[in-house]
Amino acid sequence: MLTQDFTNATATSATEPSLLFPFVLQLADTSLILAHRLSEWCGHGPILEQDLAMANIALDLLGEARSYYQYAAELEGKGRTEDDLAYLRSAVEYRNPLLVEQPNGDFAHTVVRQFLFDNYHYHLLKGLKDGPDTHLAGIAEKSFKEAAYHLKWSSEWIIRLGDGTAESRQRLDKAIAALWRFAGELTTPTPAETALQDIGVVPDYAALLPAMQTYAAQVLAEATVPEPTAVFAQQGGKTGRHSEHLGYLLSELQYMQRTYPGMTW
Amino acid sequence: MTQQEWPLWEVFIRSKQGLDHKHVGSLHAADAAMAVQNARDVYTRRLEGVSIWVVESKHIHASNPDDAEAFFDPAADKVYRHPTFYDVPDSIKHM
Repeated sequence: MLTQDFTNATATSATEPSLLFPFVLQLADTSLILAHRLSEWCGHGPILEQDLAMANIALDLLGEARSYYQYAAELEGKGRTEDDLAYLRSAVEYRNPLLVEQPNGDFAHTVVRQFLFDNYHYHLLKGLKDGPDTHLAGIAEKSFKEAAYHLKWSSEWIIRLGDGTAESRQRLDKAIAALWRFAGELTTPTPAETALQDIGVVPDYAALLPAMQTYAAQVLAEATVPEPTAVFAQQGGKTGRHSEHLGYLLSELQYMQRTYPGMTW
Repeated sequence: MTQQEWPLWEVFIRSKQGLDHKHVGSLHAADAAMAVQNARDVYTRRLEGVSIWVVESKHIHASNPDDAEAFFDPAADKVYRHPTFYDVPDSIKHM
C-alpha cells in the first residue's frame, strides 16, 4: 500500500523528494502541534458541545498530520516511520510556525489562534488540492472539506465573542493583541517553500493573501472589531527557532515513546 | 455578571435521503445557528446524518401523561382501523 502510493507520487510528479520533504514535514508538524493544543481542551471545554467541537477539530488535524508524516517518511526514504517523525525529534527539528504552539490561554485565545490558522489553512489547501503533486493533492482534497468547517467554526466564534458581551469582547481584543503578530509567518515563505513555489508545487502565498485578508476583514467587520493595525510578524518556527512553549508541549506529547521506546497499544 | 444558561434545543437528524428526521437528543446553544453547528459536532460524528433540524425545546408541547388513558386507550379495541381486512391480490408484490 505504502509502496504503491510512493510509486504513484514519483510517477506523477517531477518534484525532487528531497525538496518536497521539508515542506511536507512542516505541514505535518503544524497540524500535529495544533491538534495537540486543541486536545488539551478535552474535558475542560466551556460547555460540553464546544468541548466536543474542539476535540473533533483536533482529530481532523491529527488525521491530516498522519497522512503528511507517512508521505514525508516515504519522501525521506531513510527508513524512518511516521511515528519516528512525530515522536522522536527534538524541538529544534520541528518546523511548525510559532502560532500553533502558542498556549490555549482562555477560550478567546484558542478561537483567535484557530481563526488565523484556519483562514491560512483553508486557502493553502484550496491551492494544494489542484497542485501537480498528486499525493499531496490527495491529502489536501480530503482535508479541505474539514478545513472549511473549521473556518466556519472559528469565524462564528470571532463574531460571537466580538459582538457579544462586554467581557467576551474584552477577552477577544486581548487575544487578538497577543496573537495577531504570529499570522505573518504563515504566509512568509522559507527558502524551501520559495523553491517549491518557483516550480509551481506550492501555491504562491502572495497570491493567497488578498482572499485571506478580504475574508478576515469581513469576519472582523461582522464581529464589530476594528482590523488590527499591521504588526511586526513574529517568525522562526518554520526554520526551527521556537518559543519556549514547544519544549513543554513535546515533553508531554512524546512522553510515552521516550519513556517506553517502541511501545505500541 | 448574571449567569445565564443557554436555552435547550431538541435535535432531529435525517440519516438518509428519503427518510424522516428522527429525534436524537438535545443540547444547549445560544441561538438556532449555534444549535445546528453544535448538533453537527455532537450528533453527526459517526456519519449519522445528511440533514439536521433543531427546535427550541420550549416550543414543543407534549401530551400530559395524566391524560394517557383518555387519549390512547380508546384506540385499543378498534382493530378495524388497521387496513388488514383486505385480501391482497397475488400480483401485488412488496406489501
